[in-house]
Parts: sequence; C-alpha cells; structure tokens
Amino acid sequence: MQQRPGDVMTMLEGILLTIVTAATPLLFAAIGELVAERSGVLNLGVEGMMAVGAVCGFAAASTTGQPILGVLAAIIAGMLAASLFGIVALFFVANQNATGVALTLFGLGLSGLIGDSFVGTPGIPIPKVNIPVLSDLPVVGRLIFGEDPFVYLAVALALATWWFLFKTRGGLIIRAVGDNAHSAHALGFSVLKTRFLAVLFGGACAGLGGAYLSLVYTPQWTQAMTAGRGWIALALVVFASWLPGRLVVGAVLFGAVSILQLHAQAIGIGIPSQFLSMLPYIVTVVALVVISRNRALLSVNTPACLGRPFVADS
Amino acid sequence: MRIVLERRLTPSRSMQYLSPLLAIVLSLVTFFIIFVLSGIDPLKALYIYFVEPLTAVWSIEDLLVKAVPIILIAIGLAFCYQSAVWNIGAEGQLAAGALAGSIIPVMFPLLQGPAVITAMILMGIAGGMAYAAIPAILKIRFNANETLTTLMLVYVANLFLDYMARGPWRDPAGFNFPNSRPFDEGQMLPIIAGDSVRISIVFMLVAVVVAWFLTTKTMTGFKIRVLGLSPRAGSFGGFSRNKMVMLTFLISGGLAGLAGICEVAGPIGQLRTTVSPGYGFTAIIVAFLGRLHPFGILIAGLLLALSYMGGEGAQVAIGLSDQTTQVFQGMLLFYVLACDSFIYYRLKFVRERALDAATAG
Repeated sequence: MQQRPGDVMTMLEGILLTIVTAATPLLFAAIGELVAERSGVLNLGVEGMMAVGAVCGFAAASTTGQPILGVLAAIIAGMLAASLFGIVALFFVANQNATGVALTLFGLGLSGLIGDSFVGTPGIPIPKVNIPVLSDLPVVGRLIFGEDPFVYLAVALALATWWFLFKTRGGLIIRAVGDNAHSAHALGFSVLKTRFLAVLFGGACAGLGGAYLSLVYTPQWTQAMTAGRGWIALALVVFASWLPGRLVVGAVLFGAVSILQLHAQAIGIGIPSQFLSMLPYIVTVVALVVISRNRALLSVNTPACLGRPFVADS
Repeated sequence: MRIVLERRLTPSRSMQYLSPLLAIVLSLVTFFIIFVLSGIDPLKALYIYFVEPLTAVWSIEDLLVKAVPIILIAIGLAFCYQSAVWNIGAEGQLAAGALAGSIIPVMFPLLQGPAVITAMILMGIAGGMAYAAIPAILKIRFNANETLTTLMLVYVANLFLDYMARGPWRDPAGFNFPNSRPFDEGQMLPIIAGDSVRISIVFMLVAVVVAWFLTTKTMTGFKIRVLGLSPRAGSFGGFSRNKMVMLTFLISGGLAGLAGICEVAGPIGQLRTTVSPGYGFTAIIVAFLGRLHPFGILIAGLLLALSYMGGEGAQVAIGLSDQTTQVFQGMLLFYVLACDSFIYYRLKFVRERALDAATAG
C-alpha cells in the first residue's frame, strides 16, 4: 500500500494528540501527590481518589448536563476522599502506607457503588480549543493550539506548582515541613495543618485527573477505569525526583508508552495484546529502578520526612 | 479547649485487644447509618450480611473455603509489615502460584495422584516465591520502592494469567471459553470435611501455628520485628536488613502462591482468566485487623470471609451492589488504623490557649 506523506503526517499528528491526552490525567494526579509528598506525606490512595473523582465527575456532569459542574464535583469528591486519609494518617498518626492502601480499596469500592447506575450512560462531549488560523496550522496547529482545555490547565498547574513550591513563602513552609517537621514546628509552623492542606490539594488534583478520564479521555463510566493510573502517578513523582518540571516530561513519556502499545495492538504486530498491555506497568518498574539505583542523586530532592508521622511533643 | 494526642508512657495492653473490636463496631455503626440513609432496613441488611451466612452448614463450609486463602496470604504479609516491608502485591503472587502450580495438570493431564498434587503445591509455592523475589531484588539491589513495584507486578501477573487462560492453555474442548481444561479429581486437593472443605484448611492452620512460633519464639522473628521498628538498632545488633527483606518477601510470596494453587486445585478446579476476587488485597486488611498476630489474623480472616459471603447474600436478597463489600472492607481498615493509634497515644483535653499554639494541628 502506498502511503502519501499527508497520511503519515495525519497519523503522526493523531498519535501525538493521543499521547498528550494520555499524559494529562497522569500529570494532574502526579502534581497533587508531589505537593503532598513535598510536605512529607506519602498518600498511596491516589488510585482511590482518582476513581472517586472519575465517578463523581461523570455522575454530576451527566445528571446536570454541565461538564463544568462535573469537574467541580470531581475536585470536591477527591478532596473529601483525601480528607479521610488526612484525618486517619495525620491526626490519628496511623501508618501512611496502610492508610493509603485503605483509601485505594475504599475509593475503588465506593466508585463502583456510586457508578452502578451510570454504566452505559453516554458522556457529554467537551469541545476542544479552536483558535482561528493557529489551530489549523499543519501538525503543530492542533497539537499546540487545539487541545481540550484540561491539557492547558494541567501544564499551567505544573508551572504554578513549581512557582509556588520554590518561589513563595507558602511553598517554603511546605518544603520545610516535609524536610524537617520538628524544626518547622519549633519555628511555629503548624505541621499537621500544612500537611492536611497539602493532602487536600493532592485529592483535588487526583479528582481532577479522574474527571479527565471519565469526561474527556473515554467519556463514559466503567468499573475500575483508572486502571492503575494512580499508582503510575505515584511512580512518576519518584521518577521526577519531586520536581514539577520533570513531572511534565515523565507524564508525556508514560503517556507515549501507553498510547504506542495501543497503536501496536491496533495494527497487530504479532505480539499478544496482553503483553503489550503490560508495557506501561513494566516501564514503570524499570523507570523506578533506573531512578532509584542512584541513591545520592535521589536523596537531593527526596523530602527527608516522607512517610514519617508527626506528633508534637508538648 | 481542644483535643490533642499525647504519647502514652507504655503502649496500652487493653487497647491492643480493644482497638480491632472498636473498629468493627464503628464500621457496623457506619454501615447502619448508611443503610438507614439509603432507605434499606438496616437490621435486615446487617442480618443478611453477618448472621445469615452462619445459619446453614453449606454456607459455614463456604465461609471456611473463602477464609483459607485470605488467612494464608495475611499470615505472610504480617511478616512483611512487621519488618516494614510494604508488599501489597500478594494478588499477583497468588496468580503466579496458580500459574506455576497449574503447569502439571494443564500440560500433563494424565499425571495424577498424591505425588502429583504434592508437586503441584510445591510448584505453586515456588511460583509465588519467585514472583515475590523480583521486587525483593529490585529493592535490595536498586533501592526501588517495593510498594509501587509489587503493585505494578499485580497488573503484569494478571495480564499474563489472562494470556495463558485465553491462549496457550485454553481447553481445546472447552467451547472457546477462556479456561484451561478442568482438573481431574486426582489433580485436586482432597476434600477432608463436608462437601467442599479441602486439605488446604490444614495448610492454613499449620501456617498460623508456625507463624506464631516463628514470630514469638525464634531469633528470626525477633530480628524481623527489631528491623521493622528501628533499622538502625537492627544494624547495630548485626542483623542484615537486606536478608530480612528477602526472607519476608519469600515467606509472603510462598504463602500467596500456596493460596493460588489451593484455589485452582480446589474451589475453582481449573485455570481461569481471574483466579481471585481480590483476596490478595483483602489480606492486607486482615493482617492489620489481626494486629499482625497469627491468631488475630485467623479471627480477622474469618470475619472478612464472612463479609464476602454476606455481600453475595445481600446482592441476591436485597439487590445491594457487590461493591458494598469492598466499601465495608476499606472502611474497616480506616477504622482499624485510627483505633490503633490509641494503643500508643491517648486523647488529652488541653485548655490553655498558649499550649494550643504549640500543639496546633
């Protein structure tokens, strides 16, 4: 079959566009977790918060017909889920690993429960950005000027997070609490309050990532539709060594892996589909290994108090 | 006036026993409220959930059958969690055990008998151990976070299981269903009581007793706990953290693998695309609800198996979603973890504003 250059360009554009949409939910969830971890809290419940966000976002959008209300509902739902984690792990000083796993199990179950009546309901399309002339440029036109609004929001959020963490007093407090909780406490900063807010932000972002999945990526609700993306987002934070800029790069890389394996399944390259579906998970493990083996490099940015509970000595 | 947590001088012994009970009561109360709010007769629902399964012989048998894999896995996970190794991928290690143990009955259907069953069990254990060794090595050699690697490997194992059951191991005479050939009676664990209680219940009881002996009576158990509480103290004592990481992974992987082969060579009777309704994750809750103690885990495992049974009953009787069980389990774990903090801390009522500022949170 003869392929004209135009077809190749269209296909390439299609692949690049889908990579961006696959990267977006990962980026949302990972940004939130990055801020929580910078404050010293390891919340393994990202998958659960995403699932709750996805189902609440879809439910609200399809009942009201307003996608924006869906997005708001997802953010609030993610924050409510995160507050459960925050109360148990921060105020009751429970083990953060176990509490996070509890949140994931609870969130996945709850999302299934809420979503039962929404299985098979069609979603509401969200229009893509369309700027005359610019959006019509070949290849880069749609890629840079014609995405859905969430993509720009995710990138802006990553930038804002970087600015907030490293250029503002609030960010400095978060990092201080994450690196040396007792010193921060001695200086008069409220460790638990700071951490709780950071966890809430994490929940809001995870909820937003979930809403992206059920409203834009595959506009429908299906059971367990997050498919491990919350866990991949957690790995992304390590991969990015707790730096927002690297998070964007990482999210695009992971998005690329999951999209390319889908394309490989579609054109049929003789490898069983299950092995291709394994790729994102295997790549996550490999990426973790590659980053983690260099302990010295990793420890530069790792929050020193990550995962350690804090109780004020009074 | 506000309430803060204050560290107890010594951990409260009574809270160690009370906290799981308190958690269960709180979960039931929460469920009661949820049922009332959603217009379901709460007493009827709770009866269907937690009492009805205990009123018939067949359902008590079924309860034991479900409890076996959960308890087996939780016993292994308790070793990990005591040494602060966060293996949350038992679900994948279970699948690996099921796959490895199925090699003989699927590929050599003519081989049967006690020796074959023994070999299948050993291969199942080895499969689970080998699969758990991967995150162990990645943690020891490369410092890779085991929480994430074990969880990722669950997806990989389940996809591989799906491939095997649909592809190479699909029963040619199975009307295109994605299952392996059904195992013959000579390739399944013998039934030792009633209609469905197999010898795996003995394995489970042995695991409980051996685990109790190991943790409370041996040096290895002591090392595991010391390294979990304080890696630094452990290294001063000359205990190798890496060895303990490998050991606890092998124990938990082996037991999860055993649970896997006991499921396929037992209640399921063939290899399918999924061989567990999430036992590997439920076992995490059981391990904590049982306070990482083998006898506690035994009781907690029976309770969570009851919630599976009740969930099925409630689905049929009052049309509750099967997800209700998972919500209950997740909520229970939240309560357990929160209540556990009263073992080490007590609530203190603080009056002065000045103190408030210092302990604000």
